[in-house]
Amino acid sequence: MAAEPKTKYDRQLRIWGDQGQAALEKASICLLNCGPTGSEALKNLVLGGIGSITVVDGSKVEVSDLGNNFMLDEECLGQSRAKCVCSFLQELNDAVKAKFVEESPTTLIDTNPSFFAQFTLVIATQLLENSLLLLDKICRKANVMLVVARSYGLTGMVRISVKEHTVVESKPDHFLDDLRLHNPWPELKQFAKSIDLNVTDPVVHKHTPYIVILVRLAEKWADAHDGCLPSTRQEKKEFKDLIKAHMLNIDEENYKEAIEASFKVSTARGISSQLRHIIEDSAVEVDSSSPDFWILVAALKEFIANEGDGEPPLEGSIPDMTSLTEYYISLQKIYQAKAESDCLVIEQYVKNILKRIGRDPDSISRAYIRNFCRNARKLKVCRYRSIEEELSSPVLPELQKYLTDEDYCFAVGFYILLRAVDRFAANYNRFPGIFDSEMDEDVSRLKSIALSISNDSGFHGSSLSEDLINEMCRFGGAELHAVAAFVGGVASQEVIKLLTKQFIPLTGTFIFNGIDQKSQVLAL
Amino acid sequence: MADLATKGRWRDVDKLLSRPGNIISSGFEPSSTLREEIGEYVRVLVVGAGGLGCELLKDLALSGFKNIDVIDMDTIEVSNLNRQFLFRLQDVGKSKAEVAAKRVMERVSGVNIVPHFCRIEEKDIEFYNDFNIIVLGLDSIEARSYINSVACSFLEYDRDDNPLAETVKPMVDGGTEGFKGHARVILPGTTPCFECNIWLFPPQVKFPLCTLAETPRTAAHCIEYAHLIKWDEVHSGKPFDADDPEHMQWVYSEALKRAELFGITGVTYSLTQGVVKNIIPAIASTNAIVSAACALEALKIVSGCSKTLSNYLTYNGVEGTHIKVTDFVKDNDCLVCGPGTLIELDTSVTLSQFIELLGKHPGLQLSKPSVTHRGNNLYMQSPPILEEMTRPNLALRMFDLLGEVPKDTVHVSGASEKNGKKTSCSRKLRIVFKGVADMTVGMDTTGN
Ligand SMILES: [Zn+2]
Repeated sequence: MAAEPKTKYDRQLRIWGDQGQAALEKASICLLNCGPTGSEALKNLVLGGIGSITVVDGSKVEVSDLGNNFMLDEECLGQSRAKCVCSFLQELNDAVKAKFVEESPTTLIDTNPSFFAQFTLVIATQLLENSLLLLDKICRKANVMLVVARSYGLTGMVRISVKEHTVVESKPDHFLDDLRLHNPWPELKQFAKSIDLNVTDPVVHKHTPYIVILVRLAEKWADAHDGCLPSTRQEKKEFKDLIKAHMLNIDEENYKEAIEASFKVSTARGISSQLRHIIEDSAVEVDSSSPDFWILVAALKEFIANEGDGEPPLEGSIPDMTSLTEYYISLQKIYQAKAESDCLVIEQYVKNILKRIGRDPDSISRAYIRNFCRNARKLKVCRYRSIEEELSSPVLPELQKYLTDEDYCFAVGFYILLRAVDRFAANYNRFPGIFDSEMDEDVSRLKSIALSISNDSGFHGSSLSEDLINEMCRFGGAELHAVAAFVGGVASQEVIKLLTKQFIPLTGTFIFNGIDQKSQVLAL
Repeated sequence: MADLATKGRWRDVDKLLSRPGNIISSGFEPSSTLREEIGEYVRVLVVGAGGLGCELLKDLALSGFKNIDVIDMDTIEVSNLNRQFLFRLQDVGKSKAEVAAKRVMERVSGVNIVPHFCRIEEKDIEFYNDFNIIVLGLDSIEARSYINSVACSFLEYDRDDNPLAETVKPMVDGGTEGFKGHARVILPGTTPCFECNIWLFPPQVKFPLCTLAETPRTAAHCIEYAHLIKWDEVHSGKPFDADDPEHMQWVYSEALKRAELFGITGVTYSLTQGVVKNIIPAIASTNAIVSAACALEALKIVSGCSKTLSNYLTYNGVEGTHIKVTDFVKDNDCLVCGPGTLIELDTSVTLSQFIELLGKHPGLQLSKPSVTHRGNNLYMQSPPILEEMTRPNLALRMFDLLGEVPKDTVHVSGASEKNGKKTSCSRKLRIVFKGVADMTVGMDTTGN
């Protein structure tokens, strides 16, 4: 008996669609260390139907594993941890190919760097700083995405390391509709003109879509104001009054909608600073090795400079609004037609560029181009510094800012202390606070390590709280299940965003704060 | 397996519970036996065994809780399997609560999980009073509101209107939608209850019927037309059942016809299901994150081993990973968690007259209420056997039923009307008898 994937994955297909799902099913993931943090991260991906997983862990199941890892039970004691976790994960979803490698990740990183090249993405959990730095280099070289996750007592962290991640479908929560009310094109103006705003039939009057009302009244306003649109506060208020004056009664929803959207006629032409940043990026100078994304951006740049007259291609969809059905459908068609013609222009640019760089002019699909045009205003480029860069030269002004911000003080303290415990472990071969008897010594040892990390990074960490250092020693390297489930959960969510190339992944270092839950992302 | 426990199975949790710290809550008494004490004496109720519930049961069991109950009326469906990791394909159709409890007990030895395969309203109020903490993993506002009203009904205040510690029933509530979620801690009487900031959960917007009937514009309008208007026209009297695939197929094909008629695109079977059943997208990772935050808070509340979330966390993974903690303030006039609605009665008022009064009271508007006083049933609407047993009380005076005290608290539960919709609720009332001198100082603080 097999479940229909459409039904089984219904609740997530509603978020990332068939394309996103296909990307997950194609992906091959490697997990380093299958303690609870790694196991939980993989669990969430296996449930969602990830293509294949490879669990790398060299340890045998110990009693303490049973206290924090749900994938392991009494029968696993003494067996390979990788094998046991892998077999439990397989049970969750038989569509996933699950493999395991019984070897210590640290050894694997040191001795077999080419091992990692076969994967789409590596999730490295509970890895100490030295191995992590090495792994980051390996993954960058092999173009394998890396997600780092760590749980430690009541804290933890998640960080992505990828040279560049580009997103077409960023699907932001709130984004202004692309209606071009500030700059209507001829077909839209013509349609608006064909409708009588002062129609006597009250039903038609209250079902005239606000797009039409605003296009017409903006024109009327411009005629009376030397071709200018309302810009000052006073003018905007007067424009609203002009709209109000056309109402037959105060209950007309379409006019209320028009008043609410009236600011859209005054929107400045042009593109957002974010999009400007992208089209001015040096990657826009494309060559035969450029990814499709940047070829599209190059085409987009041409469009904006020429046909677009400073504007990106039209998105082509309109929100629901009070309207007669036929008016609404007509508007939909007018917006779609304009979007389609903008898209054709871009497509031509794409072909020309491809030809110029020596690629097959039809090698980028029309579906991709259309999707790109529809999302042109929402493009996103994320670049990540290597972990080594971050550790050796953190962004000091940011760090200094966090140190003085009350909401960040635990998070930034944990950031430094997570590094400090790794250095402690490198020096003493164990984490601080493992033994009750050496608690006091460990506190002062950890403190001096933390101080030297602060100094090495170029800031003077006077504000690193004594209490937090104490806490870190109290944790004694514990990997608590609830913390691991949280951190692993965040890691898996970032993996999904990276693989589906939808939504915007985490762009800094996420520090979990299990004390008061004020977790933060540090842009270092 | 006491054997395992001594060999360090709980090494990691024990570090947190056995060692003193400086960033903790008041009342934290670290000891090597604290985890065992929590396991033995703390009873936790998990409400909901779905996406959050499955995670919560696992997280709580691996955080040292050993006496767990779980309540859920639902059975397992195929579309649960992408996130409710305790269920397998062969479990489809079985009780979520029962399967979830069994699976967690199989894997975490020593934990005892009692499943309750029923509606939350089916349990009497006292069932909920047996738990030290209630963790909610629900997707419905009504269910949250009900559990909240029940938990708050146990709360009693002293003469200075300070909550009495032993009557506080802490709740931890989680919720998710797609890449977003929330986790909150409710300490009735101290932090806002669910009702204090109900505005955080705005009611779902419904399409006006005239839009559906006369000016449809979107695929959803066509679907709702078929679902809400056409169905009744064609199937006189036969109720629509969203779980019947034939019904859904009918709505889908009618919606398609209507869309074609008006030139509207985008009607699909999947959208039809989504609109008709109001499906909320859900994924494993968000549930894992929110549940883990809730379980951690539960452990901190019962042990004091760290600070507590104060008091509302939102998680948003749409753009990066954003976590925001907001310290909401409670509404001192809240009908649910406040000191209770004051009702002044003449000593001559009978229970039957009192019940009539509850229906008319502007702040309550309770219909068909059952009344309890300090755990005793004064009048129960159901089941019939209890109704019959308590019926003779209706003719008795409230003053006598309450033991001739000048004032006391009673609990009532019934249906109240809100926005034209009947919902179950439980309320606490402070009864004061007119003209009876208050001689028993401290009376209302020494009950229970
Ligand atoms: Zn309240």
